[in-house]
Amino acid sequence: MPKDFGVGASTKRREDVRFLTGNGQYTDDMNVHGQAHVHFVRSEVANGVLKSVDTSAAAAMAGVVRVFTGADFEGVGGLPCGWQITDRHGEPMKEPAHPVLAQGKVRHVGDPIAAVVAETAAQARDAAEAVSCEIEEQPAVTDMKAALGGGALVHDEIGSNLCYDWGFVEENREAVEEAIRGAHHVTTLELTNNRLIPNAMEPRVAIGDYNPSTDESTLYTTSQNPHVIRLLMGAFVLGLPEHKLRVVAPDVGGGFGSKIFHYAEEALCTFAARQLKRAVKWTASRSESFITDAHGRDHVTKIELALDKDGNFLAIRTETCANMGAYLSTFSTSVPTWLHGTLMAGNYKTPLIYVNVKAVFTNTVPVDAYRGAGRPEATFQLERVIDKAARELNMNPIELRRRNFIGADEFPYSTPVAVQYDTGNYQATMDKLVDIADIDGFSGRAESSAARGKLRGLGVNCYIEACGIAPSNLVGQLGARAGLYESATVRVNATGSVTVMTGSHSHGQGHETTFPQVVADMLGIEEGQVNIQHGDTANTPMGMGTYGSRSIAVGGAAMVRATEKIISKAKKIAAHLLEAPEGDIEFKDGSFAVAGTDKSVAWGDVCLAAYVPHNYPLEELEPGLEETAFYDPANFTFPAGAYACEVEVDPETGKVDICSFAAADDFGNVINPMIVDGQVHGGIAQGIGQALLEHATYDDNGQLLAGSYMDYAMPRADDVPSLVVDHSCQTPCTHNPLGVKGCGEAGAIGSPPAVVNAVIDALERGGHSVGHIDMPVSPSRVWAAING
Amino acid sequence: MYNFDFERPSSLADAIVALAQEDSQALAGGQTLIPTLKNRLANPAKLVSLMAIDDLQGVAVGDGVVCVKAATTHVAAAAGAAGSFPALAELAGNIGDPAVRNRGTVGGSLANNDPSACYPAAALATGATIVTNLREISADEFFTGMFGTALGDGEIITEVRFPVPDAANYQKFEQPASRFALVGVFVARFGDRARVAVTGASEDGVFRWVEAESALFGNFTKASLDGLELSPEGLIGDIHGSAEYRAHLTKIMAGRAVAAC
Repeated sequence: MPKDFGVGASTKRREDVRFLTGNGQYTDDMNVHGQAHVHFVRSEVANGVLKSVDTSAAAAMAGVVRVFTGADFEGVGGLPCGWQITDRHGEPMKEPAHPVLAQGKVRHVGDPIAAVVAETAAQARDAAEAVSCEIEEQPAVTDMKAALGGGALVHDEIGSNLCYDWGFVEENREAVEEAIRGAHHVTTLELTNNRLIPNAMEPRVAIGDYNPSTDESTLYTTSQNPHVIRLLMGAFVLGLPEHKLRVVAPDVGGGFGSKIFHYAEEALCTFAARQLKRAVKWTASRSESFITDAHGRDHVTKIELALDKDGNFLAIRTETCANMGAYLSTFSTSVPTWLHGTLMAGNYKTPLIYVNVKAVFTNTVPVDAYRGAGRPEATFQLERVIDKAARELNMNPIELRRRNFIGADEFPYSTPVAVQYDTGNYQATMDKLVDIADIDGFSGRAESSAARGKLRGLGVNCYIEACGIAPSNLVGQLGARAGLYESATVRVNATGSVTVMTGSHSHGQGHETTFPQVVADMLGIEEGQVNIQHGDTANTPMGMGTYGSRSIAVGGAAMVRATEKIISKAKKIAAHLLEAPEGDIEFKDGSFAVAGTDKSVAWGDVCLAAYVPHNYPLEELEPGLEETAFYDPANFTFPAGAYACEVEVDPETGKVDICSFAAADDFGNVINPMIVDGQVHGGIAQGIGQALLEHATYDDNGQLLAGSYMDYAMPRADDVPSLVVDHSCQTPCTHNPLGVKGCGEAGAIGSPPAVVNAVIDALERGGHSVGHIDMPVSPSRVWAAING
Repeated sequence: MYNFDFERPSSLADAIVALAQEDSQALAGGQTLIPTLKNRLANPAKLVSLMAIDDLQGVAVGDGVVCVKAATTHVAAAAGAAGSFPALAELAGNIGDPAVRNRGTVGGSLANNDPSACYPAAALATGATIVTNLREISADEFFTGMFGTALGDGEIITEVRFPVPDAANYQKFEQPASRFALVGVFVARFGDRARVAVTGASEDGVFRWVEAESALFGNFTKASLDGLELSPEGLIGDIHGSAEYRAHLTKIMAGRAVAAC
């Protein structure tokens, strides 16, 4: 039976009341008394020598307060990269400087050159047009092959466009080569994982504020992780100590990864506010978002899958070029390596795997984590090459997968790519999928499509992801320059209500609803008695924020640990009030009882005693009831599932319509099934967007051709069918207290191969031997593939 | 957006006077002009809204003609033409999204002559008459290339008279991002004669596919188009489709339009 409240209940999202009634407080809703506005002068060319910047005319214009250029930041640090990769030869990656404002060179369209601060936003924009930049344009390089093949240099001082050449597991290189050479069959697939633009509904905003009397800076910003921004900007860019720097990320309208990173505009606003001793505000236009928010994906890959005569996987080798863009964004370097290479085993037993990744600089917007981050790229190539192998070997693609699944009795399972899956049951999720997608009924539906002149196809795939990022010890060994624990403070108020301060950050995930479900369950009180505070470094413990499907698995676990401490202390207080030994106190349903007696004291009375300690063992116990916990996981979590998509292709136009989509996910335990449904729905919509519609196309000069919604196709409601979502297959995570795995990215990871597999299936069934079509599988690409 | 003056006259005469001033720009539904202004790609001294002029509003039906006043929104045009000219109503009812259809106007669409807009195809295929404050212009004379029209400075479209065909249909294949026509074909049959207008495909904007018209003369069937090929020369090629793809789509959409008549 579905529960009405607590863990497992579909409690409605309490935050939606303010979001849906226009009462949210987003960064752009905030205005600081006396604030000035900034407008950025940005490069219109992709590569060029910045000979001079003349700000004199702009500085003289009405309302202009100050014009900043790169020269103002010569004594200031650059934007740091948070993850160092060591290459195949033991050398550190190339890490060029990333100045706040361009110094000497511009490297992509949108690279900030100057920042005009004025009394109003309109005056700043007017004056920005009067800033005169002398730029000697140079040939741009946007294509990775050209970038590695002697094309123009993005960073002259490096001498090439190669950031790193990474091999994983390097010791397996020769063995994989031998296995492939000797295999009964090798399926090879070359593909592109298309570049995407995150397009959060809320564009980025930053307000820098400064109080000269206390020497304290405050940054209000659209961030998924305010503490990370405080650390990166404070320690590496501006040299501000944490106690003098507060970062606030209030309501945030979607991030999808793009709001993890520390951006130049944040540093500029904070820096300018200190210089000018007044607040400085910047709000991105949508056009600006297209050319400044970190893009996602953009891999070019060749994958080989070696099989024996029975279809058993023997080895996988994959060679990828990953576009870094013009600079290294905060976590850019980890995405194609540790978030990608470690997932190449998928759900399968493949004894030998070798992953090679070349990260490449180009004159494009920096590329970084975007919903799934590396795992969609791994899943897409693996699940596409398996489908291709099934076709080549004339095997059923579901049966080929089942044959190679890691068995339910083989966990914990150590893959050849350095991770250990704790739990899973891939046959069970596939069984569930076959049921909910009515796979057996496909042929009947295909006949009905054919009668209407349409080609119907069925695409199936599996996925696995490493979530709950991550054990600090492990990521530290892998090059992370940060810990990846999470924190929570549980503050019980005198009358028994509870405020939880969490380092996780909600920007759509519904933490204000789900986190209280957990705490209320543990304490036996109403969910409404628990409130969540997040997004402000001034009132939350140091936390690493929300990305990598880590909030409930890591942040939720910290909250559980803190709540356990609360219960432990409350038992001591109750023991005193009940005049019984602490060991005899049982806590259940919000009441403390002496075991085996009818003596009890209610939760509220214990809380009151903690804050009004008249009858209280002050010699043994501090008053108050507030506890903090930091939780660092022992391992990643490994959500997994199986997805199916059915499409109809119009062979005359190449148009693909998605008829149905079904998802069978194993997220371990689930706190709020409705919110999990919503996360999967959103992820699948984004995956369908990647598969069919979205493409951040550059021309050879480095101009973004898809620079607005006129040319960048976002999925709309009528592009997405009614989704069938099931998460009843549950193998709880073995190493966090909630047994949860995380669900935020699954849909975006698991859905693109299902869609493309379905399109290829439709075309092959229709007699068109197309092999592969790169995403987005647009009508014109399908038509071109059909017509050779 | 740069600053500009704004006038909202209630009579055509006042609008003509206002538009005679230097750097004045007519504003109808603003579905192209407002985004252009927001991106600072235009800098008119004055915007003259035509939306408060009663004489420019409404749909009149009679004598085999549907007359749509220039400042009639797509929603109002779709409602007004639904009974007498369903193909036109359907075209108007599928432009953009509800927000666009409640602001955009027929006059604005024709005066802008976006190469991917829907209305120019209907005007050209029906041989509509574009009436201005100065004269009447036949659709064949009106469209002069991508974003080009026969309108002179300060000349205002007042109404568009669409002859109602014996049969008509518009088939739009949408560009995935903008949902403008990647290719749109409007086919109209008047007795033995057919007119076929194509939007979205050509670098010269909307055009009549005269070979298709000849093929359909006296034999108005989809099969009549079988042997035809449209040359990709002069057609648009961009990130959404090559010239060859647009040539192919033109034939497919034309066939579907004929079949749907």
